[in-house]
Amino acid sequence: MSSSIDNNLITRPDQNLGRVISSITTPVSKVRSTKRIKRSYRHIRAENVFRRTLVIVALITVVLVLGILLTLVVQSTLSIKASGIGYVWGHVWDPVRDIFGAYPFILGTLLTSFLALFISIPFSFAVGVFLGEYHPKGWMPNLLKNTVELIAAVPSVIYGFWGLAVLVPIVRSFETKIGVDPVGLGIFTSSLILAIMIIPYAASLGRSMIQMVPSNLKEAAYSLGATRWEVIRSVIFPYTRSGLFAGVLLSLGRALGETMAVTMVIGNTSLIPKSIFAPGNTMASVIANEFTEADHPVYLSALIELGLVLFVVTVIINMIGKRLIKGFTN
Amino acid sequence: MKKTKTLALTAVAIIVTGGMMLTSCNGSGTGSKSDSTAAKGSEEDNTVMGAGATFPNPLYSKMFSEYNKSTGLKVNYQSIGSGGGIQQLTSKTVDFGASDAPLNGKQDSALSAPAVHIPITAGAVVISYNLPDMKDTLKLTPDVLAKIFLGEIKKWNDPKIAAVNKGVKLPATDILVAHRSDGSGTSNIFTTYLSKVSKDWDSKVGKGSSVNWPVGLGGKGNEGVAGSIKQTPGAIGYIELAYAIQNNMAYAKMQNAAGNFITPSIASITAAANIDIPADAKVSLTNTAAAEGYPISGLTWILVYKEQSYNSRSLDKVTKMLNMVKWMIHDGQQYCAPLNYAPLSTNAVTVGDAQLKTITFGGKPVLQ
Repeated sequence: MSSSIDNNLITRPDQNLGRVISSITTPVSKVRSTKRIKRSYRHIRAENVFRRTLVIVALITVVLVLGILLTLVVQSTLSIKASGIGYVWGHVWDPVRDIFGAYPFILGTLLTSFLALFISIPFSFAVGVFLGEYHPKGWMPNLLKNTVELIAAVPSVIYGFWGLAVLVPIVRSFETKIGVDPVGLGIFTSSLILAIMIIPYAASLGRSMIQMVPSNLKEAAYSLGATRWEVIRSVIFPYTRSGLFAGVLLSLGRALGETMAVTMVIGNTSLIPKSIFAPGNTMASVIANEFTEADHPVYLSALIELGLVLFVVTVIINMIGKRLIKGFTN
Repeated sequence: MKKTKTLALTAVAIIVTGGMMLTSCNGSGTGSKSDSTAAKGSEEDNTVMGAGATFPNPLYSKMFSEYNKSTGLKVNYQSIGSGGGIQQLTSKTVDFGASDAPLNGKQDSALSAPAVHIPITAGAVVISYNLPDMKDTLKLTPDVLAKIFLGEIKKWNDPKIAAVNKGVKLPATDILVAHRSDGSGTSNIFTTYLSKVSKDWDSKVGKGSSVNWPVGLGGKGNEGVAGSIKQTPGAIGYIELAYAIQNNMAYAKMQNAAGNFITPSIASITAAANIDIPADAKVSLTNTAAAEGYPISGLTWILVYKEQSYNSRSLDKVTKMLNMVKWMIHDGQQYCAPLNYAPLSTNAVTVGDAQLKTITFGGKPVLQ
């Protein structure tokens, strides 16, 4: 009997102790208490099952990521042996002669991603501030919010088509005006496409962060005579800095890995881009382009190593980002 | 209230664990699957698996569906690219592979047993261009073409182009070269041709389904290259004939080895294949010696193992498959022209027939 009381106490810490004691003394409530004991056993079991499930599922995720990394390393050993460390800064990618240098693609990936980030930040912060601070409610902000979220939902191949049909001719006429080779396709065009695609990530995170700024902070600033802009600059931005930066990091991750839309507008050449208007290539788009017809083992392995490099670059950028976020929060 | 919570908890736990059990079962599931298909032997004998080239896929789909109507044989063809098809044949996961290029030495030695090439159809790569003010059809010589793709000829009014196109007014615009960015049989045929006609190209770039292009923009697929050509005045690029015809694109006449300027067409491709074809059918039609043949043409092949008795396949299945391939190079040829593929020349059919007869099952020839 005493054990049942213990159980009751363990599972129901909120329960009134007096009721437990009274349930022991009266026979009617005794029946009720055994029922409750049975149920509390079930409770404990369910708790355990649920907790174990959570741990297992979480572990599977970790194992999967490590598994992917391991697969990439194992599959690219052939290429690592053939090209060595020179793979990373080799300037020539020549599948016919088995010369594999990933430098033009690493450069292309970093150029397009950071340029896109640069272009998108003003837009995503503007959307974030507008929706978070100026007009959090109403039909117009709702429409804006949903439209921005829709940007993230549109498949990337559609951006590619749109870029090829609409953006490329516009960029071409712009290039004619400023006097560079009017190609239309290239690093600049893909950065524009990428910029549009990554706006929602930083915007929606920024919006929720800005909404979470305690109103007493803002009210204090207003009461001191601060204007709206001053409140945003000196209260909201400092308070949400790490959150805004996390949104930017999320956008960057998306830009680094984007394949389809970039492939369609970047011009796909293995030459090192001479300017941001020149055609180039990214790691992801080279893999997508050449994987199906990689007809000898070293070539295939070199493409897989490209995937490994992309993986490592993403991890490094993420780690730097985490460091910066930590620095902001402190 | 508490009861519903418990219920919800257990439900979640059951769903999650159930999902995991399902996924873990999948691993062992493949083993039992093969047992069950072995029991239904007749159905497996009626299904043939193939994988490979994307270029002949529309034609193959048509042929396989027509053949299925008359015989009931199901063909599951995955157009994953020539390289992929060869890999799957090497690992023996398909009954036949399909490729736009004959097996090279490396690929041949990777196979565990010798394979047989059977030509099915021929196609051409055409040189498409965008010169809005030009009324006449552009003429090109092999030398000019190679120099354009090497980046040595940069303007349309270059004297070398003008010398071939006498009396035609060429604009002073820059040439923009467009090529395939994805590895493809089309690129392979095109670069093989350039390697044959230009020593410079052979030493600087070489041939393959992806090469290191000295100049130009890469587009994904025929549609990517065609898009670049259509959008940019002064562009030149190579695409499949069928694609060019379907999209009303301008394409150049090419000078062939005999010195004639040939317009690419189904007739001129078939003519290109009217040459002495070696017994193993491994021949590139590029730079053909045939006087009326279009020089940038190529055959596409189905690849099967010479010895068909492997992986416990039945003789019944092998016979059915080989009869289908035989049908493809005879009666099936009627479906080529409507889809803008070139029918095989008589020489090619003869070689294909001879090759089919060399295929054995347990050492004995399958087809008589």
